[in-house]
Amino acid sequence: MSSNSFTLTDEMREQSIGVESEPASMVIEQGHIARFAEAIGDDNPAYTTGTPETGGIVAPPTFLRAMRGIRPELPYDIPFTRLLDGGSDWEYFGHVRPGDTITAIGRIEDIRERTGSIGQMLISTIKITYRNQHDAIVATQTSTSIRY
Amino acid sequence: MGQQIYFEDVSEGMELPVEVRNPTPRQLVQYAGASGDFYEIHYDRNYAQSTGLKDIIIHGALKNAMLGAYVTGWAGPAGELRRLTVQYRGMDYPDEPITAKGHVTRVYQEGHFNLVDCTIWLENPEGQQTTPGTATVHLPSRD
Repeated sequence: MSSNSFTLTDEMREQSIGVESEPASMVIEQGHIARFAEAIGDDNPAYTTGTPETGGIVAPPTFLRAMRGIRPELPYDIPFTRLLDGGSDWEYFGHVRPGDTITAIGRIEDIRERTGSIGQMLISTIKITYRNQHDAIVATQTSTSIRY
Repeated sequence: MGQQIYFEDVSEGMELPVEVRNPTPRQLVQYAGASGDFYEIHYDRNYAQSTGLKDIIIHGALKNAMLGAYVTGWAGPAGELRRLTVQYRGMDYPDEPITAKGHVTRVYQEGHFNLVDCTIWLENPEGQQTTPGTATVHLPSRD
């Protein structure tokens, strides 16, 4: 529980919405895909040998979580240090394959202040857009995080 | 990987087969390494308990991945996941069975896609839905 007097003003909301992270890039490696599939307990051969349907090896859903550091910075200080992940909404538009270079940018879509059972919370919605080396969007991930 | 399910075989209300998983602390460490999420609450019991948790907890993102594996397994080799949503409502712990369940909520066509919406979730041993979600998959047609 934090006993602070933080107020999210309308002006601060307006300053936040639309703020983007720096782009982050990752080259997709076949071994990384195999380790990820093993870690999530998925023995689908699409992730290790490829299948006729996938036309070669592809990455499992949520693999792009392995890209780090895509969090847009708020343009002001907040007194909350703890973070909870509220959930995610993924949309998929194309496969991610070994050798692809994926570039991700996160954007603040919304930010709200609320008081709940864990005290005062700042709830932000961030949309990450993942593009491949052909500039095609392969996935978007809209996530809710709770700072308190 | 098993058989292919076809668009024509699916109807609203149809249940997805129940699957039980048993994540271990070892799997959480594997996931930490594969995802790069090294937050200590997922593998260091002392640390987890110092933050008020009763034990180490399963990564929300791993539960997200488990639901993705559940629904793509059901959709078969020619199925395609279009959308996957998940909400983290409760903590889950390793060394406890976690059960994936779901049912079909909508069957429809959009452009050249044969789409099926599902409600899916993970349940803890007490039967609470700790991780509800939805998925939209494209299924092949028999034609």
